[in-house]
Amino acid sequence: MLALPAFLGLVLFHFVPVAVGGYFAFTDWSLTAPSHWVGFQNFREVLHDGTVHAALRHTLVLAVCFVVAVNALGLALAVGLNRAVKSRHLLRALFFAPVALSPLAIAFIWRWIFDTDGALNRLLRDVGLDSLQRSWFADPQWALWTVFVALVWQYAGLAMVLYLAGLQAISDDVYEATLVDGASAWLRFRKVVLPLLAPAVTVSATMTLIIGLRVFDQILAITNRGPVDATETLATQVYVQTWLDSRAGYGAAVALVLTTLIAALALLQLALLRMNEQRL
Amino acid sequence: MHRYGRRELFRELGLIVAALIFCLPFYVLVAVSLKTDVQTYTEPLSLPRPPHWSNYSEAWNTGGDRGLVHSFQSSLIITLTSVVVLLVLGSLGAYTIARHSGAFSNTVYVLFVVGIILPFHLALIPLFVAMRHLGLVGNYAGMIVLNVGLMMPLTVFLYTGFIRALPRDYEEAARVDGAGILRTYARVVIPLLWPITATVGLLAGIVVWNEFFPALVFLSGSRYQTLPVAIYSFWSGVGERWNLIMAGIAIAVAPVLVFYVFAQRHLIRGFSAGVKG
Repeated sequence: MLALPAFLGLVLFHFVPVAVGGYFAFTDWSLTAPSHWVGFQNFREVLHDGTVHAALRHTLVLAVCFVVAVNALGLALAVGLNRAVKSRHLLRALFFAPVALSPLAIAFIWRWIFDTDGALNRLLRDVGLDSLQRSWFADPQWALWTVFVALVWQYAGLAMVLYLAGLQAISDDVYEATLVDGASAWLRFRKVVLPLLAPAVTVSATMTLIIGLRVFDQILAITNRGPVDATETLATQVYVQTWLDSRAGYGAAVALVLTTLIAALALLQLALLRMNEQRL
Repeated sequence: MHRYGRRELFRELGLIVAALIFCLPFYVLVAVSLKTDVQTYTEPLSLPRPPHWSNYSEAWNTGGDRGLVHSFQSSLIITLTSVVVLLVLGSLGAYTIARHSGAFSNTVYVLFVVGIILPFHLALIPLFVAMRHLGLVGNYAGMIVLNVGLMMPLTVFLYTGFIRALPRDYEEAARVDGAGILRTYARVVIPLLWPITATVGLLAGIVVWNEFFPALVFLSGSRYQTLPVAIYSFWSGVGERWNLIMAGIAIAVAPVLVFYVFAQRHLIRGFSAGVKG
C-alpha cells in the first residue's frame, strides 16, 4: 500500500499516456476538435512527408556522429586522467561540469560562438583566416554541425566518467604487468585494456545514443530548426506538429516513429555490443 | 607505484591545454556577460574592463517576460517541491518493493525499469490534454505533479538498488520491539538512506531545474515560466543584446554550479547511474 503513490506515478505518467499517445497516432485529432479514427493515414503521410524524411536523416546523422565522437573523446579523456596525472581530480570535475548544466542555457553560449559576429569568426579573423569565416548556423551545410559541437562538448564528461569507472575496475597488477612486458602503449591498450572496457563501452554507447536521438533543446537554441528545415529532427517535428500546428494526431504518429526508432536502435546496439563483449 | 616521468609530465601538460580550450565557452559566458552593448559588438573576446555588472541587475529585473527574478522563484519552488515529494513517495515505494521478495514485487520492479526507458515524447501529448482538463496546465501544481510522475521510475529504481543492499537486521530489531512498519521506516530506514537520498535528490533537482521541453509545453505563456523557458523567450525578446542574454544564462546556471562544487561526487555518481535513458 505504501508503494501505491509511486506505482500510480509509473502507470499514470508512463504506461497509460504512452498507450493513449499510441492510439492518438491513428486519429486526426487536433488538440481541440473531437478526433476520428483514421487507421494508417498518418503513417502513410509520414512516408511521403519530405520534412519528416529530412528530420529522420538529420536525427540519424547527428546521433551516429555524436555517439562516435563523444565516446572517442570520453575514452581519450578517461585514459589520460586515469592514473599518474597530478591534476586529475580537478580536470575530471572540469570536464564533467557541463553535464550538470541546462542544455538550453549552454546551447545559447554556443549560438553566440557560432554567430556571424560571434567568437569563432572573430578568432578566425584575428589569426588571419578570414576566408574560413561562415554564417555557421545560417548555412545549411554547417548548421547541423554547430549542434553537433555543442552536444559533444556537453556530454564528453559523461562518457569520460563511465569509462573511468571501467578503467578503475581494472586492477593495478594487470595495468602494470603490461608495462613491464614492454608492450607498446597502443598494443597494450588494444589487447589488454580495451577488452576489459567492453562493458563500459556498452553502457556509454547506449546512453549517448539515446541522448543523441532525442536532441531537442540544443536545436531550438542554436539553429531554431533552420535554416529552412536543415536541422529539423524527429523530436522537433513532434513539437512543431503537435503544439505549433495543433496536429496532435500526426504529431503522435511522428512521436511513435521516434519512440520505435529509439527502442529499436538502442536494443540493436545493446545486443551487438553484448555479443562483442562475449567474444573478447 | 606509478612513475611520474617525462611522459607523464607531457601528458599532464597536454590535458591542461585541452582543459583550457574546453573552458572557452565558460570564458565567453563570463566575459560577454560583463560587457557594455558597444563592447559586446566591438571587442567581445577581451577581458571586460571595467566589468559592467549592471547587465546582471538588468537581466534579473527585466529579462524574460517579467524579469528573471520571477522565473528564478518559479524554478526554485517547482524544483524544491518536486524533489521533496519525489524523495518521500519514491523511497516509500522502493522500500516496499525491496523488502518483498517474490514474483509480484519483481515484476513491479521491472515495470519501473521499463518506465525509465520509455521516452516521454509520446506520453506528453495525452498528459497535456488530461492535465489541461484538470486545470493543471500553466501553474505550479501541474508542473510539480508532472515532474514527480516523470521522475518516479528513476527515483524508485535508484532507491530499490540501494535498499536491497542494506542488511535487514536493524529493521527486524525494531519490528521485534513492536514498532509498526511506518514507524520502522521513519526511525530506522530513513537515516540509513541518507547517501542515496543525497544522490537522488541532487540528480532529480538538477534534472528538474534544467528541464526545458515539458516546461515549454506546460508553462509557456503563463506567469510561472521556469528559467530555461524564460531564457528562451528572453532571447527572442532582446534580439542581439548578447551581454544581457549571457548574464541571464549565468544566473540560470549559477545555482547548479554552486551545488556542483560542493557535491561533485554525489552528482557524478547520480548522473552516471541515472541519466534517463
